[in-house]
Amino acid sequence: MTRRNWKLELPLHLMLVPGLIVVLLFSYGPMVGTVIAFENFVPVKGIFRSEWVGLDHFRYIYSLPETMAVFRNTVFIASMKIVGGLVAPLATALLLNEVGRKLFKRTVQTVIYMPHFLSWVIMAGILIDVLSPTTGIVNAALDGLGLKKIFFLGNPDWFPFVLAATDVLKEFGFGTIVYLAAIAGINPALYEAAVIDGAGRWKQTLHVTLPGIVPIIVLLLTLSLGNVLNAGFDQVFNLYNPSVYSTGDILDTYVYRIGLGSGQYGVATAVGLFKSVISLGLISLSYFLAYRLANYRIF
Amino acid sequence: MVQRYTWGRKLFVAANYSLLALMALVCLLPLLNVLAVSFSSAAAIEAGRVTLWPVEFTTRAYGFVASKKEFLTSMGISVQRVLLGLAVNMGLTILTAYPLSKEAAHLRFRTGYAWIFVFTMLFSGGLIPSYMVVRELGMIDTLWALVMPGAVPIFNVILMLNFFRNLPKELSESAFIDGAGHGQTLWRIIVPLSMPSIATIMLFTIVGHWNEWFHGLIYMNDPIRYPLASYLQTIVVRLDMTQLNDPTALKFLSELNDRALRAAQIFLGMVPVLCVYPFLQRYFMSGIVLGSVKE
Repeated sequence: MTRRNWKLELPLHLMLVPGLIVVLLFSYGPMVGTVIAFENFVPVKGIFRSEWVGLDHFRYIYSLPETMAVFRNTVFIASMKIVGGLVAPLATALLLNEVGRKLFKRTVQTVIYMPHFLSWVIMAGILIDVLSPTTGIVNAALDGLGLKKIFFLGNPDWFPFVLAATDVLKEFGFGTIVYLAAIAGINPALYEAAVIDGAGRWKQTLHVTLPGIVPIIVLLLTLSLGNVLNAGFDQVFNLYNPSVYSTGDILDTYVYRIGLGSGQYGVATAVGLFKSVISLGLISLSYFLAYRLANYRIF
Repeated sequence: MVQRYTWGRKLFVAANYSLLALMALVCLLPLLNVLAVSFSSAAAIEAGRVTLWPVEFTTRAYGFVASKKEFLTSMGISVQRVLLGLAVNMGLTILTAYPLSKEAAHLRFRTGYAWIFVFTMLFSGGLIPSYMVVRELGMIDTLWALVMPGAVPIFNVILMLNFFRNLPKELSESAFIDGAGHGQTLWRIIVPLSMPSIATIMLFTIVGHWNEWFHGLIYMNDPIRYPLASYLQTIVVRLDMTQLNDPTALKFLSELNDRALRAAQIFLGMVPVLCVYPFLQRYFMSGIVLGSVKE
């Protein structure tokens, strides 16, 4: 049993102090500010002297027709992204795994991973140009094939799918690399055993590769559960416009517009608080599931 | 793996290579198109003749963009932000990860400390309260507003502490036997050994700070203080080119195409990432694996 040596331990505690100060100020400080959700906040009076209105803001939000739509959009878009973000990298990893030429494999990996490093401002700039109904190359191609031009970023029916598809395009490289690494970690002896039993490549994939990476699939899936209310503010904010609010507005963009946009601080904070609480529940659930199903400890 | 090279297999391989090449192209072509537009003449763009290669090559758009004062100052601010943010982030990440990597027997309240940090990943105060904290601290319109709120990236701290844990305990133990304290052990032994992990996190941090645009928009009241990403956001996405009021610029503009200008700005915003990426993608790729595949 090691005796606690305070002189030795003190530096460790001291090392944590700067981090603790920053976190207390910038992460816990705002948590105190969430009381604005329950007040009729007037900036001049400050947080502690503004009038208390209890759940009024929440009742107001509940009565607005937009709230339900925004919530529904958020969950719909986020779910599509989660599913796409699972299937696309997995399929790509399995396909890349079949490639023999190392140079080709590495080049493809490099190219598909690259969009991850572009900010959504850049990506949105590119997409706005490329998907433009008048000058974009995608619509030019559609036109050339004899199809009707589509206003991708202005048509509320198309918009959620454009969001999901472009997000998958941007991020699938990341998942692909993780899955490839996991596939590389599978014991080769299992493949040899399968071959001895007469399995062809497809059967090997089905019965050796896939089961071998199930833990990491489950892990990534459960970890992304916590994100179901984060439909991607960066992306949506840069790609949306009033004509697609009906299907494209998500919780975060809604909070931004009514909060910093029209100054309804109390209502905006209430929506934000609502989202944070539900997210807390979902994330805790997802970490718990990750622990149980995939034996993954966060820290 | 051994498998028979049948006709079915050959067909599959051909289709596979084609499909993967197609995927790579889909990621690449939009960038090429934008690049081509940025180097093409206004006439060619308006005639719709530009697809993947510049038509009537010209660097006029770039010349104009580079001469705009706002573009250059915002780039300067981004560079400052990256440098300051890198120093703050890396310093705090290492200082926080090291104690947390120790077992509870060596650090009292370890679990408590860990929970204090991890809880911030689970719950956040929201946009408005965060803004108010920054305002009350007098950081609006300063570089600190861009650096401090995310100064301790908990995810990176967790990556780093896992890496520290995987280092052999004998190393720090032998340092203690030789009379070193935690500070010296950290600085002289642990950090040099962790360079792969530290380098990778540094690269992610640099890219993150360069690309981050939202904080610049909300915490800076004066547009002159926008970092590059925020400046680009106002120009490229909001399609707001109406900030010109001198006659020479207006004349110049008639020879330029709107799309070309935006394309040039987009491309200039990407350049640092594109330059760094090919050489360091090796580290990026091994970096993701660091945190995700458990031993």
